[in-house]
Amino acid sequence: MKAVQASVRVKEWYPPGHVRAPFYLRGKCGKIERSLGQFGNPEQQAYGLKGDLKELLRVRFTMAEVWGTECESPDDTIEAEIYEHWLEPTNAP
Amino acid sequence: MPHDHEHNHIHDHSHGDQLSPSGHPYRKDQDAKLTYWQTMEIAMRELLIEKGVVTPQEITRTIEQMDRRSPADGAKVVARAWVDPGYRARLMADGTAAIAEMGFDPGALRLIAVENTDQIHNVVVCTLCSCYPRNLLGLPPDWYKQRAYRSRVVKTPRAVLREFGTELADNVQIRVHDSTADMRYLVVPARPKGTEKLDETDLAALITRDSMIGVTRLAPQK
Repeated sequence: MKAVQASVRVKEWYPPGHVRAPFYLRGKCGKIERSLGQFGNPEQQAYGLKGDLKELLRVRFTMAEVWGTECESPDDTIEAEIYEHWLEPTNAP
Repeated sequence: MPHDHEHNHIHDHSHGDQLSPSGHPYRKDQDAKLTYWQTMEIAMRELLIEKGVVTPQEITRTIEQMDRRSPADGAKVVARAWVDPGYRARLMADGTAAIAEMGFDPGALRLIAVENTDQIHNVVVCTLCSCYPRNLLGLPPDWYKQRAYRSRVVKTPRAVLREFGTELADNVQIRVHDSTADMRYLVVPARPKGTEKLDETDLAALITRDSMIGVTRLAPQK
């Protein structure tokens, strides 16, 4: 799942708290652009905890995927850093 | 022209309380009660000083260092990448190490450099807050932190760039980079035509803050 170019989907979770997976990308599919290594989970660090190490990945989404027919140009892209626990395979239920 | 508004109002003294002699509104004194977070900051700072963790001099020095950083640092990095293909390759492979190599302190910054070409145009935003490569570009402009830019540039980047005077052909792909976590982004603008004979120092002087955020492209030189 962590391979570059692998297709992934951002989980459609809506938990409370300090979350750095942007709302507008939840449920959207993209491709892994690169792995950035391990970082402390900000969802724990925001509460003064050390934060479990999580892999951080850059994911590339097309504008068509994120905004549908409202996009200006379907092949333009948005790239964002998403922690591994927010990503699932695109064929997950 | 330092001012772009008319100055005839200085002759009308009916609202002289609000305007300085040069026609500018006076900034209000801050007589309101401290907010919760302001009180928290002062309490925390005083405790850290009392316990000997930091000194007031260290705090002032840190603020001065933050204020001293400017887009000129980022421009030096870009100019080096333009003239030195080896440095360019190292910058694209590992931005953090490449700026350290030039003597810039990356601090906690993890830098990714993205390069504009004839085919690709990169633009940077932080939709969640105001993440910005401060170590390299100084403090972010106000518009970068505002909701209008943050919400619009991820959805209609072409319209936003047009407002900055940047028209991109349909065959140029836009890549919007949302700094959602631990990375910071530096756009390496395309080297403009007409700069072939300039040296690294003169090139650096051409490179603007906005071109390194990616909302503008550098104009050809004559």
